[in-house]
Amino acid sequence: MSKAGLAQFQQVFIEESLEGLDTMESSLLALDNGGDGELVHTIFRAAHSIKGGAATFGFPEMSSFTHEAESLLDEVRSGKREIDGAIIELLLRTVDCLRNMFARAQAGEPLNDAVAEGLRNELAAMMGRGAPAAGVQARRNVDQADAWTVRFRPHAGMLAGGNEPLRLIRELAGIGELTVTPELDRIPEFAKLDPTECHLGWTIELKGPAKRADIAGVFDWVEDECDLAIEAKHIVAEVAAPVAAPASPAAPVANVADAGAARAQREASAESSSVRVSIDKIDGLINLVGELVITQSMLDTFREGDIDAARMAMLEHGLAQLARHTRELQESVMGIRMLPIASVFNRFPRMVRDISQKLGKQVKLELVGEQTELDKTVLEKIGDPMVHLVRNAIDHGLEMPDKRRASGKGDTGTLTLSASHRGGNIVVEVSDDGAGLNREAIVAKALQRGLIASGEGMSDEAVADLIFQPGFSTAAVTTDLSGRGVGMDVVRRNVSDLGGTVTIRSTQGKGSVFTITLPLTLAIIDGLTAAVGEERYIVPLVSIVESVQLKADAVRTVAGGGELFRFRNEYLPVIRLHDVFGCETSIRSIDEGLMVVVEGEGARVGLFVDGLIGQQQAVVKSLEANYRRVQGISGATILADGSVALIVDIAGLVRLQSRRKAA
Amino acid sequence: MSDPIRSEALQSQYLTVNLAHEEYGIDILAVREIRGWTPVTRIPQAPHYVLGVLNLRGAIVPVIDMRLRFGLPREEYGATTVTVIITVAGRNFGVVVDAVSDVLDVTADAIRPVPDMGTTVDTEYLKGLTSAGERMVLLLDVDKLLQPQDAQMLEAALPAASDVKAVA
Repeated sequence: MSKAGLAQFQQVFIEESLEGLDTMESSLLALDNGGDGELVHTIFRAAHSIKGGAATFGFPEMSSFTHEAESLLDEVRSGKREIDGAIIELLLRTVDCLRNMFARAQAGEPLNDAVAEGLRNELAAMMGRGAPAAGVQARRNVDQADAWTVRFRPHAGMLAGGNEPLRLIRELAGIGELTVTPELDRIPEFAKLDPTECHLGWTIELKGPAKRADIAGVFDWVEDECDLAIEAKHIVAEVAAPVAAPASPAAPVANVADAGAARAQREASAESSSVRVSIDKIDGLINLVGELVITQSMLDTFREGDIDAARMAMLEHGLAQLARHTRELQESVMGIRMLPIASVFNRFPRMVRDISQKLGKQVKLELVGEQTELDKTVLEKIGDPMVHLVRNAIDHGLEMPDKRRASGKGDTGTLTLSASHRGGNIVVEVSDDGAGLNREAIVAKALQRGLIASGEGMSDEAVADLIFQPGFSTAAVTTDLSGRGVGMDVVRRNVSDLGGTVTIRSTQGKGSVFTITLPLTLAIIDGLTAAVGEERYIVPLVSIVESVQLKADAVRTVAGGGELFRFRNEYLPVIRLHDVFGCETSIRSIDEGLMVVVEGEGARVGLFVDGLIGQQQAVVKSLEANYRRVQGISGATILADGSVALIVDIAGLVRLQSRRKAA
Repeated sequence: MSDPIRSEALQSQYLTVNLAHEEYGIDILAVREIRGWTPVTRIPQAPHYVLGVLNLRGAIVPVIDMRLRFGLPREEYGATTVTVIITVAGRNFGVVVDAVSDVLDVTADAIRPVPDMGTTVDTEYLKGLTSAGERMVLLLDVDKLLQPQDAQMLEAALPAASDVKAVA
């Protein structure tokens, strides 16, 4: 098989194997929580397919590594060995290691590393063989050497199978320097010589560091059609101790980070890749398109002839049908991009387990609404903010068991992740029954940072909102889990980049709830059309709080030219849309236009426009595809009359405004 | 250059357009379509010669006024005013010109370099000159009209600026 052909299948193999690894991981975690024996079979099957596939698709290292894990699983499966925490822990690390191997395979890097070697030895040790260090060393030595002798004697019929010895030797030459000596002893008398058979054999001296697996890999396809002996001539002196100390406290953290990195890499590559669509959805689409074609041809008959009352009624009926089909088609097409949030939730059981073990906390994770579907793009980007919230909740939110007991709660804290549809939005909540936010600590910190002048009279909500300010962290000690310089402000920014909002409700002593509200899709938004002079702008509905008509004297001008107005109990800055976008309008006086209170970047501002025209759904089109990014504009859409209207980027406008203020 | 096959291979076609009583040639391979002038939607913070964006069958396409681009006086748009949609490096943009007139076959050896003076247009945007009968045609270098390199520099600068803010 050609290299290119193989590469195509490798990609499919990698995707399937990553799914297999996910299955292994979730089954292992379920086993850890007392799942039944059927899970062992599931895990075994997944490991077995990966092993088989790896050998077929040219990853011999991965295949032999998985083989070790498979052997251990086989012992468990056949009842020779009782599964326990240690085995699960080891197998979980094996899963991580395999994920890293796949990531490296995709990046075209060598697959083996010290971690893999260490794990391989641990697996062998677990099975009670190769346990003594010397034995392990001996095994390793045979796997890697500076020089090899390969005796290759094809069977007479090898050529008939389409295998060319010359090609194999050339491939070997790619591994190291070759000295090839032919063995001519099998050549028969000329009269008896069959030119279609192979009568030669070779002794090949290979110089240069190489692994046994690499050499054996060359002969993968002819294994059964030749006599092959691979012997190491010179043994590499390995300095590094390959067995990683599993008891070292840093190890689990490193693993968490590794797993995260592998995931991130994988997700990055997945962003551009494919979506699997169920055949039902596609059949549904085909049906709809069929209906659409029928409706269209029905409407086509109205091109000719006069339209009387009866035909008018038919026309109206046809148009109504057209509208219905179009709407259904739109929904179905959007449905293709919708995937259940389970793919994001699934990473958390493992993460929660690792973090809580490290911190010595007892955490029960509950997942609610895993089947809630949301747009693929949103799904890919919601993972990181959620990881952050979960990490925070365990690290800062939930207390140690003794402290929980002291405050009359059970030893085990509960962390709940839930997803649900609410209106046209997806609501994702991360809630814990931990200590909740400490109002005093937050106020003190905010005062120290100069974020607020005084905590007096601030609502709990406003205080809680302070943690979303850049550089804010109340943890007394920054642990290696939280406090790595990415704060809640990044969470808020990531969410607002997705057109969503994040809010917090917290009761001291009872726990906190972080609520992320996201649009169902990024491709279509609900918006209000605002008029500024002759121009039309779309303001996303999610960011609109309220719109008010103000009296001319309600707006005060402060030093520096900024304008403020009182809304409820706070003063909000005014952004005049005609100023920032340079539109021509006759409406400049506050009482003639409309103040739309909008929220973005965690701040509220008043957007001054001439008026609001109406609500509409807008299909978001990119400005960048043919032009470039424009500050304060998130995209464009096409209005019913075919003209283009720009969509206002509230977060961008707020940023623009604060930069202006700073300048 | 007497070899007929060779000069045919080097022949290309240019769409000629009128602009302030001069004739300009646009490489026809870059022309996607020609459409009558329709009002566009203005975009904020755009250079003065970018009139706005229009809807080209669902794609948002910027439109520039060639007169303004070349520093010529603006003229009222009339019945002959057209928007020529040009595709360069996968990006589309429209240019508004006074009128389209012709399609010219131009051989490579008929293109003469642009003298440094004597045109109303900045020579930077010109590939060369050619003649069609008595008329002189200025061949445009369409790649440079929208100055994509400027756009890219700007895009590269923007995220950097917001990062600085996030750290601060």
